Parts: sequence; structure tokens; C-alpha cells
Amino acid sequence: MDMSLPVRAALTLEKLPRRQRGMVAAIDWTQLADAEARRLRELGFDEGVGVEVLHRAAIGRGPIACRIGRMTVALRRAVAGAIHVAVPAA
Amino acid sequence: MNAAPLVALVGNPNAGKSALFNALTGARQKVGNYPGVTVERKSGRLVLDDGRPVELVDLPGAYSLDPSSPDEAVTRDVVTGGSEFERRPDALVVVLDAANLDNHLRFALQLIALGLPVVIALNMVDLAERDGLVLDPAVLARELGVPVVPTVAVRRRGLDQLREALAGAVGGGGIRPHPRTLETESVLQRRARNIASAAIISETPAHRWAHWLDSVALHPVMGPLLLVAVLFTMFQAVFTWATVPADAIDAGFAWLQTQIAAALPDGFVRSLLTDGLIAGVGAVLVFLPQILILFLFILVLEASGYMVRAAFLMDRLMAGVGLSGRAFIPLLSSFACAVPGIMATRTIEDEKERLTTILIAPLMTCSARWPVYTLIIGAMIPNMRLAPFIRLQGLVMFGLLAIGIAGAYVAALLLRRTVTKGASSGFMMEMPKYQMPRLGDIVLGLWTRTLIFLKRAGTIIAATTVVLWLLLSFPKLPEGSAVSPVDYSIGGRIGHGIETVVKPIGFNRDIALALLPAMAAREVAVSAIGTVYAIDDKGEGGEARITDKLRGRWTLPTALAFLMWFVFAPQCISTIAVTRRETNGWKWPAFMVGYLFAAAYIMAGITYWLAVFAGL
Ligand SMILES: Nc1nc2c(ncn2[C@@H]2O[C@H](COP(=O)(O)OP(=O)(O)OP(=O)(O)O)[C@@H](O)[C@H]2O)c(=O)[nH]1
Ligand SMILES: [Mg+2]
Repeated sequence: MDMSLPVRAALTLEKLPRRQRGMVAAIDWTQLADAEARRLRELGFDEGVGVEVLHRAAIGRGPIACRIGRMTVALRRAVAGAIHVAVPAA
Repeated sequence: MNAAPLVALVGNPNAGKSALFNALTGARQKVGNYPGVTVERKSGRLVLDDGRPVELVDLPGAYSLDPSSPDEAVTRDVVTGGSEFERRPDALVVVLDAANLDNHLRFALQLIALGLPVVIALNMVDLAERDGLVLDPAVLARELGVPVVPTVAVRRRGLDQLREALAGAVGGGGIRPHPRTLETESVLQRRARNIASAAIISETPAHRWAHWLDSVALHPVMGPLLLVAVLFTMFQAVFTWATVPADAIDAGFAWLQTQIAAALPDGFVRSLLTDGLIAGVGAVLVFLPQILILFLFILVLEASGYMVRAAFLMDRLMAGVGLSGRAFIPLLSSFACAVPGIMATRTIEDEKERLTTILIAPLMTCSARWPVYTLIIGAMIPNMRLAPFIRLQGLVMFGLLAIGIAGAYVAALLLRRTVTKGASSGFMMEMPKYQMPRLGDIVLGLWTRTLIFLKRAGTIIAATTVVLWLLLSFPKLPEGSAVSPVDYSIGGRIGHGIETVVKPIGFNRDIALALLPAMAAREVAVSAIGTVYAIDDKGEGGEARITDKLRGRWTLPTALAFLMWFVFAPQCISTIAVTRRETNGWKWPAFMVGYLFAAAYIMAGITYWLAVFAGL
């Protein structure tokens, strides 16, 4: 990750505002089941990759659609909560 | 032993493996714009330019050699030679989505590391261009150490070069990469990203319209509304658009019947042809237009990339009963037929969730049940207009589909708390890029469906109908007897036997007669009723349409109960067989038949008695 960027800490993908570009800072693998963690890796989630939240389904607790690298991926909020994101300070 | 070399197509889901397979072998494997279309191994033959034959196998897409669902396990077994029944491939064609290199290269690196000769098909270069990406295949080839051929599977571009590269790979002269010890996922991932960025010459952001589409399709409010509108239009269209072609087919068969009746003397052959075959098979063939309209909608949804969006929107609802949005795709295709629907559950990672989906799939009203609904509704429910575009018949049809869905929802809820209890495995899915469905693909898909339907009508349905006709025609009624010819026949006596069991839920003899043959194929319920009345009405205006005959004999509560029975009714033999195969044993199919039989009996009974008490 480019450390020269000023970073707002403690933001997870679950909370990342829509359309705000960020970068995966860390993934808390311990929060995830093995299968989930593996699938997440396979879909390209890794430190240093650019992410952006595109949509949140349903107002309540529906899944999130996000852009990771060149892909659009749907995932549930609990998983998104394990993905820590860094965004350039406004 | 000089068997043709075996070459496997491997790669991430939705990379275009099946499209490439079809282009290379002339096969007609199903392609669709969502991950998880192919769920089993399919093989075909390809002849190289030097005349050598090659056996090509199409495999389910996978993200790695570490399978998380049954379809991915198929791929792993073939590629690593882990399956005892098959030889290991002699070479691999690794299919990559050019617009998604960063991700697809990781699996490619893993595959190359296996040490088999590899050719890379850099597929979907047209989509990469659409997205503003310009790639350099030469850089990719250098970095990976294997030949790279740019292709556009759906436009048959790059196939010659691919065959040529393949000839090199299977000829022994090919470059055989050194097997390497596998790096960790993370290292692999980074290497993949580095190679991808080296191969990208330029990148100009494009795809605005795709973003716009998603901002409607995935919107928290507009998205679900759009989904409901799409599904409603689909079901409405099936019911309304088909009338004109269906009437034409109906008229055609009626004409054929009169022609044969005029040409042949009265007797065994004429009765078999007109009352048995034409009455029975014709009654089913009339529904071909309906079924094609249903498939048209499903094919367009599948090809456009909307399927996964729908799954995304449905996830919340499915989570409520312990399933995930992923289960929506097999369930939607079960509206066409439960057999491919149940096969498609192979993409579901969690075993318990998969089992639950299999068990509720028959509750989605498969296209074979539409004829039954349409016939009974058309005959027994008045076609009142309730509001613009909404008629009572259409509403009842929609209601039956809705009851099936609601039944599935409740069944899933109960199953997940009892026999298929387990933690939820979550929902994570890649969303494909939107594509304009190609007319040729859709036409081909519909044509394939037509052939399958005609084959069903000509084999299972025709055979069951003829057997039923025989059972209903013999022994012949003694001269001057007052009972109906059907009641006197063997079939009629069997029917009366069954009737005692189903009488409490309002079923009459005709229904009892239709229930058994309907196990062979659901539509046979319709042809069976057609045959019963054709024989029964000998001599007294037997040419009247089946709907008029129904009106004279059935009461509304009976008709409603019959419809309700078919919402839940036990599956056809093929569904039971595929369930046995997919669950490896008789336990689950037996359970499925049992619980659906019970549900059908109870629900039909409730419907009948409610309707009777309501004075319908
Ligand atoms: N534009 C474009 N579309 C393609 C190309 N190749 C395949 N497609 C489309 O991409 C989608 C996926 O193709 P499939 O062949 O079903 O993909 P697959 O790799 O077999 O997918 P799975 O069986 O799910 O693993 C389909 O809608 C195809 O029509 C291509 O080169 N260009
Ligand atoms: Mg495929």
C-alpha cells in the first residue's frame, strides 16, 4: 500500500460510503470461516487492492455490491465488516 | 494404444469455456452470462489442422484447485487426475477473461504450475476493448512462458490460431512448463496482478452505461420493483402471448382428426389414432408456444447478466429461511424444469443449503405443469377483466405460482430447522458484465428446447397416452350396456380404485386416472384427460373441445383442488432420478416424494372443502 496517503483508520467496507474509492488495508481473517476466507481471496480481495461500494441491497441488512479490482462482487455485510479499508483523507 | 489426446478447457467461471468448446467442436453446450452454468464434464471431438483428432472436455468453472462446491470438485478431479475413472488430460487450454486478467491469472498460474502443456486462450478481447483495455498478448506469453492466443469465442475469432497452438502442445514439441512448487495464494495473487498490469498497454475508463444499469437494477427500491416487474411480465406473457399460435396448433390437430376419421373405417386403428395419439399428444403439443415464451424470457435473463443481480436482490429474502441468493438461480431455472435446476445446485457451496434447495426445487412450477394449469383454468375459471391488463384467469395462474413459491419458502424454513439444520454459509458471488443477448444464441436455445419438447411428446407422452388408451378401451363394452365404456375398462376399474383414496379431497374418476401417468411426465395429466373423454364420448358429439367437456363434468371445488394438488404434487420420475443421483442415494428422493405427497394431499383437501363451504 502507498503509505504516503493520509489514511482514515478503522473504516470497514461495510461502512465505506457509496462511491468512495478506497483500498483494502487489512483483512481480519479470524472473523471469517475458512471457506469464506478462501472465497474472498479467490475473488481478489487482498491488501493493496482498490475497492468501492457500488450498492447496498435493501435498506436493512441486505448484501453489498462492490467493485474490487476489475470485478463487481456481491457479499454479505458480515464479511464486509472484516475488510478494513483505507481512504485518502478528504 | 493410441487414443486421441485429451485436452481440457479450464478457467474461472464465466470466462467463456463453453462458448469456446462449442465453437471448436460444434457442440451445443449451454452458455450463459453468469458463473456456474456448466456443472459437469462434457466431452467433444476436435480435429486439428494436420488431421489428428483431439478429445476436448469442457469443465465447470473454478476459482482454484481447492474446490468449495461440488462443481469445482469435478474440475479439480479431472485436471489433477484425481478421478479413478478418467485419464489425466494431455494438455490444458486455460481460458481467461481479458477484461478481468488480474483475477483470472491467479488460477492460470496455479494451473501452469501443474506442469502439463498449457495454451492460454485470452478470451473476450472484444469486451476488454469495450471496457477501454488494450492488452499485449506477447507480454503475457513471455511472462507466463506458454503460448497465448487472443480469442472471441462467440464470434469465432482466433480459433485457427488456437488450434495451431494446441497442435504444438499435444504434439510433444510443445513447451512444457516446469512444475513448480506452489507459492502461497497471496504471492500468487500479487504475481497475477503484476503480470496483468505489465500486459495492459493502455486503459481508458468506459462502461458508463453498465454503471447506470446497475444503479437501477441494484437500487434498494427500484431494484426489487424491477425484479418483480420482470417476473410478472414473464408469467403474464406466457399466459397471454401464446393464445394465437396455440389456437393454430389446436386447429391443426382438430383438422387432422377429422381427416383421419374420414379416411379410415371406424375401428381399432382409427380410435387409436384419433382418440389415443392425436387427442393425447395434440393436447400437449398445444402448449409448445407457452413453453417457448417462458424459455425466451429465461434465456434472455441468463444471457444478459441479470441473473446474478436478481440473486443479489433475493439474498436478503433467502437468508430469512437459511438459504442464500445463490439458490435463486437454480430455483428460477426450475420454472423451466426441475431437472437442470437440481443439477445447477452443484454450485452451492454448503451441503445442507444445497440439499434444501434440491428438496424445494420441485415446488417451482415447472413448464410441464403449465399445460395442466392452463387447461383447467381456461375451462373452469371465467376470464373476467378485473383491471386493465389483469384478468381473473391470469391472476389465478399467478396465484398458483405464488403458492408454489410461498410453499417452497415455508418448506425451506422448516427443513433448515429440522432435517437440514446447519449454519448459513453466506453469499459471495461475482457479478458478470452486462451483455446484449445474441439473437442467434437465443434462437438456437429455443430450437433446442423445441426439439426436446417434440421428442418428449413423441416418446414418453405418446407412449403413456397409448398405454392409457389401451387400458381404457378394453375390455370392450358389451352391446347395449348402460355403463360408460371407460368405467367398464381395466383402466376405469383401476381409476375407481384410486378414486377411493382421493375422493376425500374432491377428486373424481378422471383425475384419479390422470394421476398415475402424470408421474411419467406432468403434461400427461392433460393428455390423459383428453383420452378419457375422447373414449367416453363416443357417438355423442365426441369432437367437442376438451374444455367444454370439462365444464360439463367438473365442479369448481374439484378443479381448484386439482390445481392445488399440482402445485405440490409429487415429481415426475426424472426429478426423482436426478435427486437420487445428486444426493447419492434413495433417502432424500424418498423424503422428497413423501413430504410433497403429504403437502399435496393436505393442501388439495383444504382447498376443496373451503371451496365447497364457500359455495363455489
Ligand atoms: N463478448 C463476448 N462474450 C463472450 C465471449 N465468450 C463467451 N462469451 C459470453 O460470455 C458468457 C459466458 O460464457 P460461457 O461459455 O457460458 O462461460 P463458461 O466459462 O463456460 O462459464 P461456466 O460454465 O459458468 O464456468 C456467455 O454469455 C457467452 O455468450 C467472447 O469472446 N466475447
Ligand atoms: Mg461453461
